[in-house]
Amino acid sequence: MATYSTNQFKNGLKVIIDGDPYSITENILVKPGKGQAFNRVKLKNLKNGRTLERTFKATESLEAADVEERDVDFLYSDGENWHFMEPETFEQYAADSVAVGDAAKWLKGQEHCVMTLWNDAPLSITTPNFVELAVAQTDPGLKGDTAQGGTKPATLETGSEVKVPLFVETGDILKIDTRTGEYVSRA
Amino acid sequence: MVMEKDNWPPVASLELMKKRARMLHDIRAFFHTRDVLEVETPLLASAGTTDPHIESLQTVFAEKRYYLQTSPEHAMKRLLAEHSAAIFQLCKVFRDEELGPMHNPEFSMLEWYRPGFDMHQLMAEVEALASALASTLAGSDLKPFIRLSYRQAFEQYAGLNPHQADAGDCRECALQHGIEQPVGLDEQKDEWLDWLLTQLIFPALPIDQFTFIYDYPVSQCALARLKDNEQGELVASRFELFYGDTELANGFHELTQAGEQRRRFEADNVARAAENKPQVKIDEYLLAALESGLPDCSGVALGLDRLLMALSGETSIDQVLTFPWARI
Repeated sequence: MATYSTNQFKNGLKVIIDGDPYSITENILVKPGKGQAFNRVKLKNLKNGRTLERTFKATESLEAADVEERDVDFLYSDGENWHFMEPETFEQYAADSVAVGDAAKWLKGQEHCVMTLWNDAPLSITTPNFVELAVAQTDPGLKGDTAQGGTKPATLETGSEVKVPLFVETGDILKIDTRTGEYVSRA
Repeated sequence: MVMEKDNWPPVASLELMKKRARMLHDIRAFFHTRDVLEVETPLLASAGTTDPHIESLQTVFAEKRYYLQTSPEHAMKRLLAEHSAAIFQLCKVFRDEELGPMHNPEFSMLEWYRPGFDMHQLMAEVEALASALASTLAGSDLKPFIRLSYRQAFEQYAGLNPHQADAGDCRECALQHGIEQPVGLDEQKDEWLDWLLTQLIFPALPIDQFTFIYDYPVSQCALARLKDNEQGELVASRFELFYGDTELANGFHELTQAGEQRRRFEADNVARAAENKPQVKIDEYLLAALESGLPDCSGVALGLDRLLMALSGETSIDQVLTFPWARI
């Protein structure tokens, strides 16, 4: 079992805490001159994205997490799993809904994604920052309707819903920022 | 380490390099007028510090191991044992595993020794030096330095008597103040005190002012002599200087007894073994010098890079260095 001691801690290091894989996002040395050193560490849970802050006495160590990232293309979803392929090796991966998470809202096919693998199994999917998707259904805009701040809901071809300006019509292609889930413009 | 070509220029500005040059000039002038002799001792030694919390960098010559000094203390005490003169030194020191916004593994130190001075006389001289440097470098007068005993600081900001408390009291104190318990910290009282110091005391110190903390717990005596404080508790004649929450200097009313010093070095190596840290060869030259007779004296080591930061308003040590760690 590989481990990292506190003096090997650095940003991006992948470790296991309480059975979950984490990535170190910040590591600060706290040390009174002649006294005991501590590492104050911020970590991101690679399963759910939550941030954890924890302090370790220097000389402690953490188990290394076997985590790696691969560039993959989205192929299709069979309703239960989302299938991806690494274009260079043709290696295919099936990710379940937990691993795909919110990325499922933006995937229709061919998107270049980054897949994070933990012990060779899909852990999470990162979609491109921007995707272009067609509007499957939206109500015609009502003139003078300011009650919703000038927006209305629209259902996209992937089934996800976004708020759009009143002038958007069914069939329009929209540019969406996947990091915020917000409408950017008509493509 | 990857050498990024863009990293060839120095980080410190010309203005800061001038301030450093002025600081070094003024330090020499300060000690010259006080008849303190500038000395030079080797950076390498065949023995290192046994302090369990300080790691030396090492190198090899003719298949023999040498330690890069973490402070010039041992060599300067050998000079004191022979000549009994007031001495100061400006030098580079090295510490392994210390890198961050306030730490560079190689840094500059001013260390000086005053035969016949007790700890408070030396603290007064530290204040006089910092004030003299501030008036030429920052063009301003410093607020009077705050003086707090270690016990006062803990009672005031943590509600704890550090000399009477045990590890359980420290844990309880952390809990009451909503301070997390670091992984791996359990029954070691001194580690708890260090943790509470960084979490409760340091943040309470005024940010733009110098503070002395003195009379440390006996268990953190290092190379200081012991004495009774006003409450009759045994404490170490050790002080530290802070600017805001940043430690600048550490000083002792120096221990002169060789037997006691050997016992502390050996205890350090026992503590090192318990933490799976390497054993460090004990400095027999220093112990022999103490046996021959060290004058009653006080000494202090002051980190010059951090002092320059304090006097120029910089918040990262890299800003006052020509080539910080990422550029060597």
